[in-house]
Amino acid sequence: MAEVMVAMSGGVDSSVAAALMVEAGHSVTGVTLKLRTGPSGEAPTQGCCTASDALDARRVADALRIPYYVFDVTEGFDRSVVQPFVESYLNGHTPNPCVECNRHVKFSLLLGRSQALGMDLLVTGHHARLRVGPDGRRHLLRAVDGPKDQSYVLHMLGQRELWRSAFPVGELTKARVRETAVELGLRTAAKPESQDACFLGPGGVAALLKREAGARLRPGAVVDQAGRVVGRHDGSVFTIGQRRGVGVAAGRRVYVTEIRAAEAIVVVGDEDRLWRRRLRLGDVSWVSGRPPRGRVDVQVRAHGATAPGLFENDEVRLEEPLRAPAPGQSAVFYQGEEMLGGGVIAQALS
Amino acid sequence: MAYLDHAAATPILPEALEEMARVASSHFANPSGVHRGARAARARLEEAREEIALSLGVGPHDVVFTSGGTESDNMALAGAPAGRRVVSAVEHKAVLQGAPSATVVPVDNSGVLDLDGLRAALGADVAVVSVMTANNEVGALQPVAEALEMVRRHAPGALFHTDAVQAFGYVELPPADLVTITSHKLGGPRGIGALVVRPGVALEPLVRGGSQEEGRRAGTEDVAAAAGFAVAATRARRERPAEALRLDALAGRLAASVSDIARRNGPVEPASRLPTICHLTVDGCRSEDLLVLLDRFGVSASAGSACASGAVEPSHVLGAMSMSEQEARASLRFSLGWTSTEADVDAAACALRRSVEVLHG
Repeated sequence: MAEVMVAMSGGVDSSVAAALMVEAGHSVTGVTLKLRTGPSGEAPTQGCCTASDALDARRVADALRIPYYVFDVTEGFDRSVVQPFVESYLNGHTPNPCVECNRHVKFSLLLGRSQALGMDLLVTGHHARLRVGPDGRRHLLRAVDGPKDQSYVLHMLGQRELWRSAFPVGELTKARVRETAVELGLRTAAKPESQDACFLGPGGVAALLKREAGARLRPGAVVDQAGRVVGRHDGSVFTIGQRRGVGVAAGRRVYVTEIRAAEAIVVVGDEDRLWRRRLRLGDVSWVSGRPPRGRVDVQVRAHGATAPGLFENDEVRLEEPLRAPAPGQSAVFYQGEEMLGGGVIAQALS
Repeated sequence: MAYLDHAAATPILPEALEEMARVASSHFANPSGVHRGARAARARLEEAREEIALSLGVGPHDVVFTSGGTESDNMALAGAPAGRRVVSAVEHKAVLQGAPSATVVPVDNSGVLDLDGLRAALGADVAVVSVMTANNEVGALQPVAEALEMVRRHAPGALFHTDAVQAFGYVELPPADLVTITSHKLGGPRGIGALVVRPGVALEPLVRGGSQEEGRRAGTEDVAAAAGFAVAATRARRERPAEALRLDALAGRLAASVSDIARRNGPVEPASRLPTICHLTVDGCRSEDLLVLLDRFGVSASAGSACASGAVEPSHVLGAMSMSEQEARASLRFSLGWTSTEADVDAAACALRRSVEVLHG
């Protein structure tokens, strides 16, 4: 029996994760993280992880008869997730805030606090599977439910985090998770999944950037592969591979192939220009603590195709190109079902 | 289990609960009706009102029943005539949010109103001044008699309101124009309070839609709750002066037994603070974490106020006392009441010590 802290977002996955831990006979404490402050200083009412979601989490904790608390981590979340998210976009990158939240908030800040409070394990509702290998180390595998697999956003975790974590719902299909919630009478059983990054309101990324850095968004030129100006953009953000909103009347489909943020230039080209074979990475880490040997399958977005390749010296060479890997996204490595680790894409080269 | 959060809520007095249950059943009729049942309910309501008026030293026509202290504060601030509001920096949020563009008068580092600051804030355009009798966070007694006199002299057209929710029974109340009290802090039921409105004071009603409470507050009166409230108010008036000595000693005992790991906030002199509150700062710890561990050890205390999500927000009172945010987030409040014993205080001290040890790993 262990002292277990479950991070409860108010969603069905973390609700069932808590239930499974209780069923397994552990001493469970539920915690919701207050991540953002609304204009009046209260928790926000739009987006995910709102005051209303906290109430849902609280009621699940009540149903499971476990203690429940809300931790205010707004300062750490803003510093480690929101501000870097804004900076990343301003640099022409496409960040994955869930990666940074897991890295800095959930599996660093919260993990540390749970330990200080005497907890043995931090549990989340992530879809991923933990195993102990013959090497005595912890291994992270894709979830049972492939389309729901979230091992991608857990790529920064290492042995230190994994020996103190558990991901119980990764062993279940999403359908089974919902069934379990219904069986337990949890009010979150039919709750729809949040779609966007949790801190984005109805205006999405555009509204956030306008609010946090409006003065720094500059209009500029849209150029073709040869550098000829073919249009203008109004300073809104783009992502590699984007087709819509590129302000070009070219008569055929063009895509964003490059973003030169310092010059406020967006480069467009045909679809075939999006495919990349080499990725330079930063913030690289490995679950086992050691880089992989041999061929790996590389995934460059949260839910996307993989391509085989080799890793060496913070660089990946792909045997087959991948479509539009965007700097700021993570490149995560797999061998079979096992997620080995990865890094953040700094550059994507042909 | 040791309960030290009486400033938030205190157990209902068995006699108040019994009276409520009796009256809820026997006097269910609507007091506004014509028939005998209605008249009996009305009579029971007025009896309760008279008892509460007596406990306050005011006339029965001066007592308006509301849904509690928050509504009473809102009613006073919003219902007063148009004109500038002046409030202390440590008022309850119900006052601060009831008067969003008020002039805010600072307090000193122990949470006591700066009278010079009040003087400077007064003028002919002031319509309401609100200064609580005693602060709920750190227990600082406010100089309400002096403040009232100052208002009479330098803003003679203004109404003086005092939130006496925590102070009732422990402190003599000033002859203010408007006084807020609430039942559940006295050991009465929740969901009922009162606003004392002195003769001649005109207030716009906050809750409209009926002529109850002499046209001052609409809504079918909760006769049973008023009966319970009256039992609690009468008892508080009678017992609290003596209880004050006992509770002050307990609060002091708690502070002394953790003085090596925590420092006490609020005024130092017992005569300047409520006997019921022991507000501490535990350097090097987060009160969010302390409350979790104290809860695990069966000790109930609090810190600041709850945000809609349930997260603890440090009290604005601490900022007004020039405490840094870090110190404010390391602070928590233990508060005592009619059921408090030495065992509670000793358990709290022991649990706080253990909690600090756990956090320091």
